[in-house]
Amino acid sequence: MSLSRFFDNRNVLGLLFMLPAGALLIVFLTYPLGLGTWLGFTDTKIGRDGVWVGLDNYEFLFGDSVARLSLFNTLFYTVVASVIKFVLGLWLALLLNKNLPFKAFLRAIVLLPFIVPTALSAIAFWWLYDAQFSVLSWALVKMGLITTYVDFLGEPWLARLSTIAANVWRGVPFVAITLLAGLQTIPASLYEAASLDGATEWQRFWHVTLPMLTPIIAVVMTFSVLFTFTDFQLIYVLTRGGPLNATHLMATLSFQRAIPGGALGEGAALATAMVPFLLAAILFSYFGLQRRAWQQGASDK
Amino acid sequence: MSTNRRDFLKISAGVAAGTAAAGVGGEAVAQAKGGAPALKLNPEKGAKLRVLRWKRFVQGDEDQYMKNVAAFTKATGVEVRVDNESWEDVRPKAAVAANVGSGPDIILGTFDDPNLYPDKLLDVTDVANYLGAKYGGWYDVCKQYLFQKNRWIALPLGCAGNCLVYRESHVKAAGFSGVPKDMDGFLALCKALKAKGTPPGFALGNATGDGNSWTHWLVWSFGGKMVDAKNNVVINSPETIKALEYAAELYKTFAPGTLSWLDPNNNKAFLDGQISLTANGISVYYAAKTSSDPKIKALADDIQHANMPIGPVGRATELNLFFNQMIFKYTKYPQAAKAFLQFMMEKEQYEVWQQQAIGYVTQPLKAYESNPIWTVDPKHTPYRDAMKVMQAHGYAGTMGYSSAQTMADFVMVNMVAEAASGSKSPKEAAERAEKRAQRYYKV
Repeated sequence: MSLSRFFDNRNVLGLLFMLPAGALLIVFLTYPLGLGTWLGFTDTKIGRDGVWVGLDNYEFLFGDSVARLSLFNTLFYTVVASVIKFVLGLWLALLLNKNLPFKAFLRAIVLLPFIVPTALSAIAFWWLYDAQFSVLSWALVKMGLITTYVDFLGEPWLARLSTIAANVWRGVPFVAITLLAGLQTIPASLYEAASLDGATEWQRFWHVTLPMLTPIIAVVMTFSVLFTFTDFQLIYVLTRGGPLNATHLMATLSFQRAIPGGALGEGAALATAMVPFLLAAILFSYFGLQRRAWQQGASDK
Repeated sequence: MSTNRRDFLKISAGVAAGTAAAGVGGEAVAQAKGGAPALKLNPEKGAKLRVLRWKRFVQGDEDQYMKNVAAFTKATGVEVRVDNESWEDVRPKAAVAANVGSGPDIILGTFDDPNLYPDKLLDVTDVANYLGAKYGGWYDVCKQYLFQKNRWIALPLGCAGNCLVYRESHVKAAGFSGVPKDMDGFLALCKALKAKGTPPGFALGNATGDGNSWTHWLVWSFGGKMVDAKNNVVINSPETIKALEYAAELYKTFAPGTLSWLDPNNNKAFLDGQISLTANGISVYYAAKTSSDPKIKALADDIQHANMPIGPVGRATELNLFFNQMIFKYTKYPQAAKAFLQFMMEKEQYEVWQQQAIGYVTQPLKAYESNPIWTVDPKHTPYRDAMKVMQAHGYAGTMGYSSAQTMADFVMVNMVAEAASGSKSPKEAAERAEKRAQRYYKV
């Protein structure tokens, strides 16, 4: 009797229904994350338990030129790729939002790079960038524009830009399609009102489209930055971090140190070192881009 | 109970009686008639084994390995399950097995895996002594890897030999009858090949196999080494600088793009005729010989092999992909596991296995040098000596976490790549490698 009343209680029921989801989150999210963070403070090796060493791993990584280079690479990779993805994605979304022939078909096609498994598209790029077999180089040579094959992945800066290009190719559709969905939620009446006021196309974009779109932009760019910052597969397939560690990202270096190198603690520390940057990205988008006052026509304070 | 169980072990009746008295799980080592010791292992009743091995590089290897496994099961009644994993994935799995104390009974690993957790491994000294005495002894490098504190922590399996692979016609066209055995001659050959438009190419990207093997050879051949016998980092030495200066000269002759090369690149470039000289396993030749493309098949006739040249140190200094066989202490069937390794390493099984893999695996036991596989095709011969000419990657120090980490982090490869490409001077590159290695060798 009292038991059935107990289960009729809304609070109890609520808790009960949340339990499975909560358990899943704790087992598959909180526990691994916590374990990873803890490992970062130990000198655990693969095959051997470690002891607490405090900040030793972080001090070691701070003094390690390769780790510092990987931090620079990661920031460069993320910033450049994200900016390009945003600009191209927004542009593509605006184009797709117009009345084009075969609209549905085009929209579906745009998603293709996002659908192909990363490891597969990375292998395709690996061939495109190959020092001996690159079809890009081949075409340029045949057109008479260059005489020797481009060393896409062999020259440090070129390798950085080449990997960024591959990342952009894969990431643009996600940005474009999400922003397109956002564009379609903007009421047509706003544009009509703007037109009546004599706004130019640019003014309509700047004063109507962009403010209305910022919540979506904030979300999509947060995701995009997070994905880019933690990229692994593309680099692993294309360069393994080479040449001369010029494309080693924190994620790939963390793997190299932890698994083939056996230094689980150090690898975990390197992975944990990514968290503050990811948090910063989230906070930036949350506080920086969710400017409600501005969206509602007032100026920022 | 045991005299009729297996026919490949010739032991005297007296020993058999002694073994029988010891019961299941016992063992006996004794002198047989020929003077070589015999080893009789009695697999536990109802024993089952799980083996994890690196995935074959050539199909013939796996086919014959499984045939040998089936023969073992037939002879002993011990069931054996074999799982395959890409060789780079075996390392973490083996380490986890060692750590949690359960998993495959036997793991075929690479390089210094056993040195990371020697206490978790079953002592296989009896099997190693038996095989060594019977088959002409183990090559020195086997001891460098697997013999510590007066015991064998794992059994050597062999190595994937790495040799110079070249196009005979191109080398002749460049004015050489073969690959010179000295460093100056080798550089002259590479320059001549480059001048003829048929350049050499060696991987300088983060290529775990190909990158590590030739850069270690180069630095060692001039007398440079990562650490001394006491594990002090001594890479920043005049010898290393000389090696790096040589690397810079050599790099100028390479096909473009070698800084980005990973393990498969040199194979592809060689088979496509874009490079005429590289370092590789016998797999390029195997691929050409078995190709369905007549153009590539014709290439096989022109492919030749040679051992790496010998540098100022005056002896061979090669690094090859070393394979070991570990039995974990947690196994419920230690006798069966040892019997399995013993069986697989006996001449009747091992030599056929080598033959079916057309020499992909070089033996750790000297007697197998006479395996006809090495002479049936003269092009196989250089691979015969892969274990004889190699030294352990942690040379001249001991194997363990430091040597594993230093190689996994490509310290040697990066140093040579930096100096070769000119992105750093030889001195800067050696200093940087020294700093990086010191971090791993600090205790």
